[in-house]
Amino acid sequence: MSELDDFRAEARTWVRENAPKSLWGTSGSGPFDGYWGGSKCEETDPDVLRWRDLGIEKGWTAPSWPKEYGGGGLSHGQEEIIHAEMKAIEVPRPVAGQGLCMFGPVLLKYGNDAQRAQHLPGIARGEVRWCQGYSEPNAGSDLANLQLKAERDGDEYVLNGQKVWTSHANLSDWIYCLTRTDPNAPKKQMGISVILADLNTPGITVRRIDLISGYSPFCETFFDNVRVPDENLVGTENEGWTIAKAILAHERSSIGRSIARQPGSAQREVVARTRKHLDVADGPIPDPLLRDEVASLGMLEEAFHLTLARIQQSAASGTPGPEGSITKIVGTELKQKRFELGMKVAGTQGLGWEGPGFDEDDLQYTRDWLRSRASTIEGGSSEIQKNIVSKRVLGLPEGKT
Amino acid sequence: MSGHTAPSLLLNDEQKMLSKTAHEFIRERAPAARIRSFRDSRDEVGFSRELWNEMAELGWLGLQIPEDYDGLGLGFFDLCVVLEQSGRELMPEPFVSTLLLGTQTLLLGGTEAQKKALLPGIAAGEMLLTVGHEEASSRDDSSKRATVARKSAEGFELSGEKIQVLDGHLADRIIVSATTSDGGCTLFLVDPADAGVTTKRQFRIDGLNAAIVKLDGVAVHRDDIVGELGGGATLLQAVFDRAAVGLSAQMLGASEQAFADTIEYIKEREQFGVPIGSFQALQHRAVSVYTEIALTRSVVLAAARTIDEAPDEVPRLASLAKAMASETFMHAAKEAIQMHGGIGVTDEHDIGLYIKRAQATYMTFGKPSQHRQRWAELHGY
Repeated sequence: MSELDDFRAEARTWVRENAPKSLWGTSGSGPFDGYWGGSKCEETDPDVLRWRDLGIEKGWTAPSWPKEYGGGGLSHGQEEIIHAEMKAIEVPRPVAGQGLCMFGPVLLKYGNDAQRAQHLPGIARGEVRWCQGYSEPNAGSDLANLQLKAERDGDEYVLNGQKVWTSHANLSDWIYCLTRTDPNAPKKQMGISVILADLNTPGITVRRIDLISGYSPFCETFFDNVRVPDENLVGTENEGWTIAKAILAHERSSIGRSIARQPGSAQREVVARTRKHLDVADGPIPDPLLRDEVASLGMLEEAFHLTLARIQQSAASGTPGPEGSITKIVGTELKQKRFELGMKVAGTQGLGWEGPGFDEDDLQYTRDWLRSRASTIEGGSSEIQKNIVSKRVLGLPEGKT
Repeated sequence: MSGHTAPSLLLNDEQKMLSKTAHEFIRERAPAARIRSFRDSRDEVGFSRELWNEMAELGWLGLQIPEDYDGLGLGFFDLCVVLEQSGRELMPEPFVSTLLLGTQTLLLGGTEAQKKALLPGIAAGEMLLTVGHEEASSRDDSSKRATVARKSAEGFELSGEKIQVLDGHLADRIIVSATTSDGGCTLFLVDPADAGVTTKRQFRIDGLNAAIVKLDGVAVHRDDIVGELGGGATLLQAVFDRAAVGLSAQMLGASEQAFADTIEYIKEREQFGVPIGSFQALQHRAVSVYTEIALTRSVVLAAARTIDEAPDEVPRLASLAKAMASETFMHAAKEAIQMHGGIGVTDEHDIGLYIKRAQATYMTFGKPSQHRQRWAELHGY
């Protein structure tokens, strides 16, 4: 314990001495908050770029990865501490995104040496941005129903089909895909393979999807006779489902954590909106029912943060367990409740889409409220999370679905 | 945790061992079904003195009592480890009256003489202590208290009537709140054997034992004031905060047991040729209860920790723990009955005992809505 305490002091000093002051207090400091990088990145803020470079130099963009792949060679416990110290002053991570928190850890475990050496350093340095090719039009919650065909042709795979909800595919360099390599496998979970593709490969088309909020990170990605070398297969052919689930576990846990902003921030936000819209400068919120709802939100928020802390304290290992499913269920519920309450206090001032009569903050808040409806669907819907907890944690018999 | 690092929410090796030992002992010796037999036999005590003495020998009653008073000198957190397990089987033994209300009042406000006189007996299982605060006219609003303390030559004379005094039917000492001539609230230590004290046993749905305690000009000495003259309200608030946390630990244990029994039941019970636990409608509701219990565990552990390590945070965390544990236990108890189906509403089955305790604990030391209101006040809205 005291060793970790010593490390905490070291991490605190380094983060506070090196994080540019302009970035303090600007971020939720979650796994998706920070410089996403990649070849299409147009970031010009010198402080963001300096923070990125300092993180890379220290090996703290991927603290628990081996040094040979651009990491810091530290333990998962130490990595938690570094991230907690960034969160404490609300600075973004020097480099963030799916490559670091979802794909990288799984490639580290399931990839071969050549793949690790080829891909991990670029992720740790923020030079290569990755996106995820999982869902398809007929494979949402029933992900194992995926049909993107990958056929062997000599030392290549030929990919044909479509992925959907490929977040930021338009800004990414590479995609990790779940593909169907054996359409005749006895179970649909068999015959799936994880294949990596450079998004510049001929035959790949990316199209953006707008959400009810009016904007979106999501895309559709089409594959038309896309040829990739067979060295891009991760793990064993037809046995990709295990890897797919490992990435999903990291995704659930990352989403849960990215929702965990500063403790107390959801309550503060809703109280501030209440004061603004109901014109209550300070003191108690006059409507006792509303106050009770805000307090319920504040209590849920604190309970969520304490639960994250408890999970982090007990899980020193790097593989998120089934608790990750709970953090996503609770975190997304908290997020939606926060926006619902924030919209409720705004009344008709929350109805603006754009233009005159609405202030910027309210317009943005309304878009964020709309966006929050996706949080209980993306990354495995709450219903799927509940199925997982039911089966793996509670040991209830599998139902007919 | 307003911005600072979360407290340690893990049990150390000794606490894990204590939890395991207590779990096995209580499961073996104190099953929840006892509640029914105490009720049906109209048992005069209403709990097992033998069991209480055995737990004293195991050191559990003196866990938090300082070594100077023959306790083990550990923390409130350690006490909560045992309380959680006692909650699993709804034990009617005097944990709340003696270890929470009585002991915490002495630890927070007792004089050296009072602590020397009473705490060793509590640790040894020989002394039962309780607090009488509730009155027919002041259930939710203690400012409507009608019990008065009139000044006398030696001290004070107490008159009034306290209701639902936990274990008041056989407590060796009762700490009562009373209003003095200047309108302030003061706590007094009363010996029920003294002239003017009469107790009448009350029977509740939850199997905890209680009594109406009538005070008719009971003479108490100045030295029997607990805490400061006029400081009763502040002291009681601090005691209730600790008691709320301890009770929340019991509610956490009770929720876990009701939930575990329910999961076991729906895995075995078959309808339509399959276990009913294979139905998604039940599975998703079970996960909701599981999730609430996981959240409640975090807040109860955090609240217990603040009592030992961060006293300034106690009011906020106590309200958080009591509000959440109350709602979780009630939800777990209701779902437990529903998922058990018909057998769940019979007196024969133990699962129905849980909702009775859930209702009682929900109403004790502040309802959830009152704690949410205080939470809001503490956060400045």
